[in-house]
Amino acid sequence: MASAPIVANFSLNRNKLKPVKGRWIEAPSFKAPMRRKRRADAAMDHFYGWRRENGRVGVRNHVVLLPLDDLSNAACEAVANNIKGTMALPHAYGRLQFGADLDLHFRTLIGTGSNPNVAAVIVIGIEDSWTKVVVEGIAKTGKPVVGFGIEGHGDIAVIAKASYVAKEFVQWASELQREKCDVSELWVSTKCGESDTTTGLSSCPTVGNMYDKLIPKGIYGVFGETSEITGAEHLCKARAATPEVGERWYKMWKAYQDDVIEAHKTSDLSDSQPTKGNIAGGLTTIEEKALGNLEKIGRECSYIDILDPAEAPAKGPGLYFMDTSSAAAECVTLMAAGGYVVHTFPTGQGNVIGNPIVPVIKITGNPKTMRTMPEHMDVDVSGILRRDLTIPEAGNALIASIIRTANGRLTAAEALGHREFVMTKLYRSA
Amino acid sequence: MTIPHLLVHEHKDTVGVVVVENLKAGTEMLAVVTADNSSFSVASRADIPIGHKVALKDIRKGDTIWKYGQDIGKAVADIAKGEHVHVHNVKTKRW
Repeated sequence: MASAPIVANFSLNRNKLKPVKGRWIEAPSFKAPMRRKRRADAAMDHFYGWRRENGRVGVRNHVVLLPLDDLSNAACEAVANNIKGTMALPHAYGRLQFGADLDLHFRTLIGTGSNPNVAAVIVIGIEDSWTKVVVEGIAKTGKPVVGFGIEGHGDIAVIAKASYVAKEFVQWASELQREKCDVSELWVSTKCGESDTTTGLSSCPTVGNMYDKLIPKGIYGVFGETSEITGAEHLCKARAATPEVGERWYKMWKAYQDDVIEAHKTSDLSDSQPTKGNIAGGLTTIEEKALGNLEKIGRECSYIDILDPAEAPAKGPGLYFMDTSSAAAECVTLMAAGGYVVHTFPTGQGNVIGNPIVPVIKITGNPKTMRTMPEHMDVDVSGILRRDLTIPEAGNALIASIIRTANGRLTAAEALGHREFVMTKLYRSA
Repeated sequence: MTIPHLLVHEHKDTVGVVVVENLKAGTEMLAVVTADNSSFSVASRADIPIGHKVALKDIRKGDTIWKYGQDIGKAVADIAKGEHVHVHNVKTKRW
């Protein structure tokens, strides 16, 4: 046991212990100093965010170094290392892609740069012409964006030039002020991970309750995970706002079954869906997992449109479905590229995912996960399983967490440095 | 309200979820149906981990398993009331 820490102006609860490999280690919890004037309970109807040039509101203020392709990761990371307060978003692709796969690549990069959580962007690519496509796409938002091509100049010259601009950008962005915004200006996405039977009982219905309360106030919502609706597709189809939207949803879901699952499966999907983590948590079949997953859209919401991966919603406020993979980092990256600024992430067994530009709020109802990995969790709804917390109370706790996060409180994933940025690739490059 | 051992989504369901840790065989479990907060009791026939399912009635091989009031797959073995229900005795009908 370590010696006692020296503390001043706050109290430390040293009695909290968490098990690590059979040993109990100290996980001290922090109790903030009393403020002279306690702020009234945080209002649930507004938050403080950055209004961008196009009118959208962000809850973070990142200056991003965006590589067009894998070859440009090194230059972006070098600039981010030179200029403090900037962030590089390295990824694996961007060469020899074509057709719908290239469209998705561009849409994801442009959407990421355009997200209102990003104040300014520097794009670096191996050559000029595709770099220009991304710069021009982001420029439509009105935010400062600049691009550099490496060919003919080399990494070092590009890093130097980009570093001068990055310094200007970050100093400019650091002076931008938050302003009061109505809660209706929030765009909140959801996707669950490392699900178990507790997610369907507690954390997913908590998100559903949040949507049932905030969608009528005029926020934008989105859910996805095409493969993980399998087993609940009849219920999901019925939750469309109109039969026409339901038919389009079903066609999209069926196309995934035929083009991806049927084309590529070797035996069956039982080794991937449910995952090994799902099975350890008690989930037995894809149907059971899907029914729990669908609890995230609540009781009253209906979705008004189907989005392609990384596509921005265009039919006004409401709930949308985005055609995404169920892999956490791919899905959250696509939703962030669609313009969503806060992500709600129910987990059972303890998924640790974050995103570089969007705060990811973790919600768990599994008391074992809450005990063994509390540092990853933002909202504890395990009281639902003990029947001492109702779903509507849990929904209110989540809304409070969303507002606090939007106001600037770092999520567990942000504090722990989780920045998973994963591009979705549709097929092999040329 | 006493803390339940088991939560059941709908009355139609043939399985419930263990929501306490270290559940032992032979426990007379308090089960709560979340749809209307009604309760009943059932005895466990195995040590069952938190999050895992228990049969609420005798289930025969080939029977549909109901949870959320929905079809979640089929039994691939006979399962007695109170036994552990998982991948060893239930499989999807999909793939």
